[in-house]
Amino acid sequence: MQSHVSARRSVSADKGIDWGDLIREDRVHGALYTDPAIFEIELERIWRRTWVYVGHESEVPKPFDYVMKSIGPEPVIMSRGRDGEIILLHNRCPHRGNHVCVSQKGTARSFTCPYHGWTFNADGGMRGMPFPAGYDKVDRSTLGLGRVARVASYKGFVFASLAAAGPSLDEHLGAAKDALDAVCANSPSGEVELTCGFLKHKVKANWKFVVENETDGYHPGFVHSSIFQVSGSRITELYGDASQSLARYLGNGHTEIDLRPEFRKRGEPLSWFGTTAARLPQYVSQMNEAYGEEKAREIMIDGVPHIMIYPNLFIAEIQVFSIQPLAVDETVQHVTALQFKGAPEINRRLRQQTMGSVGPAGFLLADDAVMYEGTQIGVGLSNPEWLFIGRGRHRERLDEQGFLVGNATDETTTRGIWRHYRSLVEAA
Amino acid sequence: MMATAATDVALLQDVTQFIYREARLQDEHRYEDWEALWADDGVYWVPANGEGTDPDLEMSILYDNRSRIGLRVRQLMTGRRYSQMPKSELRRLVSNIEILETGSDSVTVGCNALIYESNYKGETLWASRNQYVLRRVAGDFRMALKKVVFVNNATPLYNMAFLV
Repeated sequence: MQSHVSARRSVSADKGIDWGDLIREDRVHGALYTDPAIFEIELERIWRRTWVYVGHESEVPKPFDYVMKSIGPEPVIMSRGRDGEIILLHNRCPHRGNHVCVSQKGTARSFTCPYHGWTFNADGGMRGMPFPAGYDKVDRSTLGLGRVARVASYKGFVFASLAAAGPSLDEHLGAAKDALDAVCANSPSGEVELTCGFLKHKVKANWKFVVENETDGYHPGFVHSSIFQVSGSRITELYGDASQSLARYLGNGHTEIDLRPEFRKRGEPLSWFGTTAARLPQYVSQMNEAYGEEKAREIMIDGVPHIMIYPNLFIAEIQVFSIQPLAVDETVQHVTALQFKGAPEINRRLRQQTMGSVGPAGFLLADDAVMYEGTQIGVGLSNPEWLFIGRGRHRERLDEQGFLVGNATDETTTRGIWRHYRSLVEAA
Repeated sequence: MMATAATDVALLQDVTQFIYREARLQDEHRYEDWEALWADDGVYWVPANGEGTDPDLEMSILYDNRSRIGLRVRQLMTGRRYSQMPKSELRRLVSNIEILETGSDSVTVGCNALIYESNYKGETLWASRNQYVLRRVAGDFRMALKKVVFVNNATPLYNMAFLV
């Protein structure tokens, strides 16, 4: 394949790509992580087409609040309109293309392009252009900021699709909705918030390595052994050869490591969070009050899921990641602590543990980062050309709901991700 | 007047020597020696997204109390802290050292730092404004606070698993 400088909206470079030759059931070709032309196709057929997680409604609590987000490499402004609706705008003046917003967040009733002073309402509509006599007979309704074609929320999580048509968010999320329900159920108010800012952690690796790693249950005991050893963590048990945890493919690219079998075996509320009910008495009593003791106990034993919602929302028990591809070999993880609305006692601990774990200096994520970067270098080497993703194929099975599951350390999740990937990139 | 000026010069010199020593221990990955520079209630803070507001409410790149500083050092010493295997090759320059405030048992110091890092990714430069609260202990100092504000801390950053 030749190197490729594409016009953004016309990908023709895949003529001749036989995806079935690059993606096989038990192996994938290294070029999928290194070829800039394939990255361009992914932007077109995945990032600019499917539902992508953008942000959380709690990040723009009041009318006219805004925060800078992204859909793939492209920045978008997520704002709340006059009537409380969530609006996603492209940060690009329709006149000459300059940005209209340079702040990461704030409150604004309008956005002004610094180049020639064109001004736009919070919903993107044209508000005014200086020296208007020069635009006599021009239809202003066509000169607003671009609005993202489709925006929809589920439980406060805002998703967007740059394609005007396609499956609904409901269809896209599918079984992942149950996981988002379970996330929110851990909050005594039934609501979660993302209110403490983001760490932005950059890695020199393809975004798919990051996605696959999130539900790779094989690596934690090795990559994270240093921190587990010195902190006396019990996490290794969850990802050992004898663990009853499950690697599950939920369809539509969504995957999870279901740790509940291990937590239920322990039968200790808040063991999922590495703590005990005695240490969070206020939270426990809020949960009992909200759900009744029996149900609260079940929720607090099961904990928050460990789920990767394709292609970019990863919820890992105590934290929320948004994965952003910048280039074929450059990816950013935006990460923050999950916060339960109205539960300050546990929120403090969620923030502290998240800060310790993630980001460029995190006890966990810094070590994941060098694995992504090492694999990125490796797939550029020539022999062998393939990655082997066949772990646990012989013991894969359907669970009672009909989802494909493997043992905790099996690559059932990775294989599911690749099957979905193939269906997306093969769609013309 | 003269006595005060002489005292100021001596204090600045002591502070400067302490900060140079800390820089060298960090560059050379002498983790335990570096940990010994901390006061028992020391706080090690690297904010994200600007100067830092309230680290108890906002995410920071690093916000360690004394026990977490110890955990960080012990993790580095396991030999399996993979983000430092191999270790980053480091040299840093610390400059513009100013004494900002002198208290009865502590001194607040500001300075600039520039860290050169070389590893498998290539070369990275890290520029920061640092602030210390140094407590006088038995003729030496101990760090009660070290705050490191990277100038680009609002942008996506690569790993910084070495000591900053």
